[in-house]
Amino acid sequence: MMLIDPHAHMISRTTDDYEAMAAAGVVALIEPAFWLGQPRTFVGTYVDYLSSIVGWERFRAGQFGIRHYCTVGLNSKEANNEELAEGVMEWLPRFALKEGVVAIGEIGYDEQTPLEDKYFRLQLELAKELHLPVMVHTPHRDKKRGTSLSMDVCEEMGVDPSMVIIDHNNEETVAETLQRGYWAGFSIYPSTKMGNARMVELLKQYGGERIIVDSACDWGISDSLGVAKTAKLALESGVPEETVRKVCYQNALDAYGQSGQMKEEDWLNPPPIDQRTVYEGNSVLRGGREPHIEAPGERRAGQLLIE
Amino acid sequence: MSQTPVELLRRWVLEQVGDEAAWVAQSLETIEKGGSERDLHIFLGLAPRRLGKADLVLTDEDLAEADAAHPGWSPAGWSIDGAARVLALLSCAKNRPFAERFKDLRRTADMAELIALYRGLPLYPEPETLHFEVGEGLRSNIKAVFEAISHQNPYPRDHFDEHRWNHMILKALFVGSRLSPIIGLKERANPELARILVDFAQERWAAGRPLADEHWISVGPFRNDPAIKATLETAIAEGKLTEEALQ
Repeated sequence: MMLIDPHAHMISRTTDDYEAMAAAGVVALIEPAFWLGQPRTFVGTYVDYLSSIVGWERFRAGQFGIRHYCTVGLNSKEANNEELAEGVMEWLPRFALKEGVVAIGEIGYDEQTPLEDKYFRLQLELAKELHLPVMVHTPHRDKKRGTSLSMDVCEEMGVDPSMVIIDHNNEETVAETLQRGYWAGFSIYPSTKMGNARMVELLKQYGGERIIVDSACDWGISDSLGVAKTAKLALESGVPEETVRKVCYQNALDAYGQSGQMKEEDWLNPPPIDQRTVYEGNSVLRGGREPHIEAPGERRAGQLLIE
Repeated sequence: MSQTPVELLRRWVLEQVGDEAAWVAQSLETIEKGGSERDLHIFLGLAPRRLGKADLVLTDEDLAEADAAHPGWSPAGWSIDGAARVLALLSCAKNRPFAERFKDLRRTADMAELIALYRGLPLYPEPETLHFEVGEGLRSNIKAVFEAISHQNPYPRDHFDEHRWNHMILKALFVGSRLSPIIGLKERANPELARILVDFAQERWAAGRPLADEHWISVGPFRNDPAIKATLETAIAEGKLTEEALQ
């Protein structure tokens, strides 16, 4: 089964992760612009970060046969540094139309401050102007209220719910997210977000319409195989294959494909220029091969020789 | 009289973009007349979206015209959006130093933009002002960006000093990039490069790693240079190197 991980911060991950993801069937992933764990204190470092995710990281993924897309935006934490935020907002339009940019994101609330609110709204305006989908990061704290507020503001700003992916949902937020017409993302991330056994229960309850599974893997203790392991567990638990295909592949493609920047042909039949340059020597068509789930680095650990 | 590169690019792009020809022509006119930098950014951003990324279709005649317009220039393997981007850059009003505008675009470029920007190198005005920009591209870890400069591009032959030339060849070998598409490989061979390549060969042999036959193209002409002669003879005697490779 082909898989898409629509939320993966690969800039923080190793080549072992890329290898493991490719072996598990991940054909494409989306790297949202986010907080690096360490606040940026210069606009320039933020600009170079955006350049990295539209350029270098896209190339790096291609070396492993994985198609890389990204979202650009000012995250909620750094929205609280007004000087930085103003500078980033000036540069964002230049990045929003880069190749492979599939949304404005991840944006939204962290502590639900007035500055977070201000820049969330400004970025929703930008997404509307450029007809780009929006990836909304919902807060870890005061989550339920923050999730509702995020959707209230989207509607207030006139953004169509079908263009918005509300991410990091859980059992408490999913009903409202779906009922209001949004895409509901779930991050399979140990300890702080969703577990995959819980995810399987939700799939049994809600089916696969507008639900999207991602790993949100980043610099913290997280699992780049979040999508692959959820797909496997769901199939083993009797969730219909069609539902699994939707939540681990098709829905992400439909939601972010609205940008016009992400198409199935990109991995099934890429244009010659991309084959010659970006994806040189990499065949993505691993058709028929059984996806193989092993821990990143497992093969490495078993190899004593480094040549 | 032969056409200029701008005229050729304009003809090819307008012929091959179907219904978008009017949009391209209109955008170029705005850019030529000194429209804002934003107009340029929007055109560059929309080019692949509106024109697609198919290969530019060029006949042998077109390629001959390209070579006549600028010796060594080969647009073979250019994409339509890439050609349109270079065309836009060449059409810009001369209201800003070229290298400054190039830098501004390069700093925020995505991969396809970088490739297009650097493929256009031989055609840009004020080529001597672009050395820093070219250096940034050569240092890229993205092989296709490096090759946009090194392959099928006469700019290095025409404008690199010996140090930069030599390091481009070394990097090509190091990252597994082909040497034969480099224009000027024979003309720019030099004793210093031959010496470095022989040193590098010794490192590879010591590590038990293979060497491409292309490694020796720039060494052959200087095989009798006293700095490397003995090393090469020993390598041949030990079976690490063949006479043919040095031809």
